[in-house]
Amino acid sequence: MSATLIQHQAAFASALRRLWATPLNTLLSLLAIGIVLTLPAFGYVLLDNLRDLGRNTSGVQEISLFMSLDAGKREVGEIENRLKQVTNARWRFVPKEEALKRIEASEGMAEIVASLPRNPLPDAFVIEPENSKPEALEVLRKELAGWPKVEHVQLDSAWIKRFDAFLRLGKLALTLLAGLFGAGLVAVTFNTIRLQVMAHAAEIEVAKMIGATNFFIKRPFLYYGALQGTLGGLLAAALTLIGLSLLAGPVAELAALYGGNFALRAPGPGEIAVLCGIGAGLGWLGAQLSVSLSLRKFD
Amino acid sequence: MIVASNLTKRYSGGYEALRDISFEISAGQMVFISGHSGAGKTTLVKLISTVERPTSGSLVVNGQNLTALGRNALPYVRRNLGMIFQDQKLLFDRNALDNVMLPLEIAGLPRKDAIRRAQAALDKVGLLAREKALPVTLSGGEQQRLAIARAVVNRPTILIADEPTGNLDAASASDILDIFTDFHRVGVTVVVATHDQSWIDRHPEHVIRLSRGSQQ
Repeated sequence: MSATLIQHQAAFASALRRLWATPLNTLLSLLAIGIVLTLPAFGYVLLDNLRDLGRNTSGVQEISLFMSLDAGKREVGEIENRLKQVTNARWRFVPKEEALKRIEASEGMAEIVASLPRNPLPDAFVIEPENSKPEALEVLRKELAGWPKVEHVQLDSAWIKRFDAFLRLGKLALTLLAGLFGAGLVAVTFNTIRLQVMAHAAEIEVAKMIGATNFFIKRPFLYYGALQGTLGGLLAAALTLIGLSLLAGPVAELAALYGGNFALRAPGPGEIAVLCGIGAGLGWLGAQLSVSLSLRKFD
Repeated sequence: MIVASNLTKRYSGGYEALRDISFEISAGQMVFISGHSGAGKTTLVKLISTVERPTSGSLVVNGQNLTALGRNALPYVRRNLGMIFQDQKLLFDRNALDNVMLPLEIAGLPRKDAIRRAQAALDKVGLLAREKALPVTLSGGEQQRLAIARAVVNRPTILIADEPTGNLDAASASDILDIFTDFHRVGVTVVVATHDQSWIDRHPEHVIRLSRGSQQ
């Protein structure tokens, strides 16, 4: 084994020992880092779930095309022909009689329908384009609106747009929050490492005098920062999972009330690893800044 | 082995600790730096051990011109010197064996080999039985011997000690001198700064006498 590898191994073991030597301090630092990481992580998971929800809810990608009331079979046939030319879209025809029947079937509506002198509903088409991007839907809507005897084309995506804008806003807010909290993590690590350097001042002084390089002295502190960040990331993942499991019941209830079956998706091992990686990276950065600054005093 | 020419050390504020010092120490010699306190002994030791740099003049140790070396090269120079400090600088939060192992950890020796060598060094200064003892439980003489074990564990070619018997009774001081003499016998260059006249009387062959920063 090379000397460098041995030194890395020793530095890692020393970092672990230092974490273990002051359990209360370590616990408090981990709690601070864990909470700092939990908020953006939780926000990310919620936003991710909302995006899934927006993508999967049926009806989202539908365009409703209403014929004018005086349109006859011929005009309907013309629209059907034109729709056949539109690729990448599924569609079905809803005759006015069927629409009326459906309303009749709704609770409390039968009497109202019975009191109507004639069917006030138009023939309609429901179109589901494969490309559900808001911009693409808007283009299609404009095209359909120009077809003959088409009274109204309703894009059921107005709320998709709003939802999309909301998601983008959420993402931006989350990014800002994550940046802020990341800086917080660096600051927490900076401070714990500064205290660590002070606690090991005698050792650092002696080590330098008998031939330790700056890198040798820095190494355990860098591992300390990275380890603390990793453990903080794990703690944040645990807190997020606990939070999600607490939300799971109410969310399922709410989804059931809306007739859906939506379940919150928990972060997978990959995402947890990324969270720990971010914690490790920021912890390492805080340690690097702190120990470089503190070591100047020993020169 | 150590060649100094016209060494001067002036501290900020204008205080001149050493003035125009020149000497040559050849390999395997045992040399004393003598003088009253304030004569500049500690400053000279600090210059040789690269803890401080001379204001002017040149200093060659082990064939390396210390005045021309960059800051990054200093750690590697220090590893070839066995340093025994005036205040010993033992680490009080670890036991005797771990104190002696520190230079070997710095060198990146595998732990098993490091333990074996540290134990051999402790044996050489008569402390093997106390390898698990914390420094605070050792007597003054034992602490000084522990500091020597740490200085020699890396098998340096030069051993430098600054007032190694400062706070010791005559018997313990004599033990320490015997240990240095043993290292000198096996070919290690030994440089000892001391105000202890009895040592100088026992080895008068090579003494660098300092008085108020000047060579006598």
